[in-house]
Amino acid sequence: MTTALHVNGELHGIDTDPSTPLLYVLRNELGLHGPKFGCGLGQCGACMVHVDGRATYSCIVPIAAVGARKITTLEGLLEEGKPNKLQQAFIDEQAAQCGYCISGMVMRAQALLLVNPHPTDDQIRKHMRPNLCRCGTHAAIMRAIKRAAV
Amino acid sequence: MLFRRVIVAAVVAVALMLLAAFAWTWQPAIAPIATPVRPSVDEQTFRLGAELAAIGNCIDCHVSDSGKPYAGGRPIPTPFGKIFASNITPDAETGIGNWSEEAFHRAMHEGVDREGRQLYPAFPYDHFTKATGDDVHSLYAFLINQPPVHNAIPPNQLAFPFNFRPIVAGWKVLFLRETPLLNDGSKSAAWNRGRYLVEGLGHCGSCHTPRNILGAEKRDKAYAGGDADGWETPPLNSNSVAAHKWTADQLTEYLSTGWHRLHGAAAGPMADVTYNLAQAPTQDVRAMAEYIASLSTQSAASSIPPAPRDGNPVAGASPEIVAIYEGACANCHNDRNDVGPSKAISLSLSSSVRESGSANAVRVILQGIEPQSGSPGAYMPAFKTMLSDEDVGSLVQYVRERYTNQPQWTDIRQEISKAREGGS
Repeated sequence: MTTALHVNGELHGIDTDPSTPLLYVLRNELGLHGPKFGCGLGQCGACMVHVDGRATYSCIVPIAAVGARKITTLEGLLEEGKPNKLQQAFIDEQAAQCGYCISGMVMRAQALLLVNPHPTDDQIRKHMRPNLCRCGTHAAIMRAIKRAAV
Repeated sequence: MLFRRVIVAAVVAVALMLLAAFAWTWQPAIAPIATPVRPSVDEQTFRLGAELAAIGNCIDCHVSDSGKPYAGGRPIPTPFGKIFASNITPDAETGIGNWSEEAFHRAMHEGVDREGRQLYPAFPYDHFTKATGDDVHSLYAFLINQPPVHNAIPPNQLAFPFNFRPIVAGWKVLFLRETPLLNDGSKSAAWNRGRYLVEGLGHCGSCHTPRNILGAEKRDKAYAGGDADGWETPPLNSNSVAAHKWTADQLTEYLSTGWHRLHGAAAGPMADVTYNLAQAPTQDVRAMAEYIASLSTQSAASSIPPAPRDGNPVAGASPEIVAIYEGACANCHNDRNDVGPSKAISLSLSSSVRESGSANAVRVILQGIEPQSGSPGAYMPAFKTMLSDEDVGSLVQYVRERYTNQPQWTDIRQEISKAREGGS
């Protein structure tokens, strides 16, 4: 069975079981390795992508549920092949230690900036709370988001 | 002439009645006490007050937008309009800082504030009136020694005539019974203690008993189930729909941890209740559990037979919905005995799937279950951004058909739009 998926501005026909989580299709079929497999239970946020601009756990969304909605991954944020403002801010602040959570962090933060370009510290903390980082890079992540939000 | 006399007599009679009603409902103000003088309190009384506040669930309504404990301001929806919970921190200007213990006791037992104004029964003094003087004393000692928070509460948004406070006095004549609970010698001490806490400070009936058109609990339908914030509160009496009959042991574990492997996780407003009860003494929670378990003793088993563990075959389910179920739900809600790190149980055990309405099934899918920050507990992601309304509707129907032998729900569409309006 073929499922149509709009990913990063392109339409793909995916020929696989429609109950397959979106994450597996992005990584294994489309070679988009920004989103990571963390817990597989929608708890940690490493797999975060945008579905119509809203931050979504891709590990628990079967492709059958995506429909015509537009998927954006970390790769889809690039502007003319270069990091966008938020991605550049993460680089400038060196906001990563092991880096495994950072794709998800960038995607969740970008979803906030899309609807609120100048969030307060409290708004950032509240919005980012569901995403986990085990290295303790939170202070640098805060700085990066604030740098991009100016 | 006669006609005119009748009119005059009627007007005089009405005026006298109004005057009598006023005189009768009028309550004197109780003199303010000077702040920041705090009555001295020993540690034991303070700790007892904290435990009683947890059992009374005070913090769930009396909390500010920014989460400041006891600072109030949370809007409580009622059929008559919106009532804003008061600030019960000891701030002199916006809280209860200048309330004497006498004034606090009167509010708890009679539903009248320090200045003598009638309080709306959204503040459940119909239950709190059962609390002993000693317990009210401890609660006062606890609250008056909290950090004061300056937080002015917005005026209530109630329709006429409910915005006229003195009418509450009439409500009290009909529905407020100030008589204390008498010890039932035929029952154990734990059962009596449980009844005191459940009927009194715990005010379980406020949500678990249906209300009449005047917003009072229907006494003849005690614990037959009601609603809270749009969630359906399940019956605690013999109408319980639980797949396994609740025992006192199971209730003790559920009430103090928010989860039991044969019943699943507390969600919605009940999740907050269990979080608070986790701070209450175990023997008190155990006593409450014994009393609650006794409410459904008439039924030997669940009123509704359970479906097979791995569900019924569902003829005619669309392959798309089966795929969504397998991809989004079945990973955690497997039908084996292990519950995994999310503590998800087989949906054949879930009361939400077995209830007469779809309110809880819809809400738990859209809003998920999130443990309180820093505490372990069951977890379910919120699917509100992942699934369309149409998919949620079909999914709920599929789960109902697969995991119960109950008729299909007919209220799914309304419940989804109500839950979405409420912020999902």
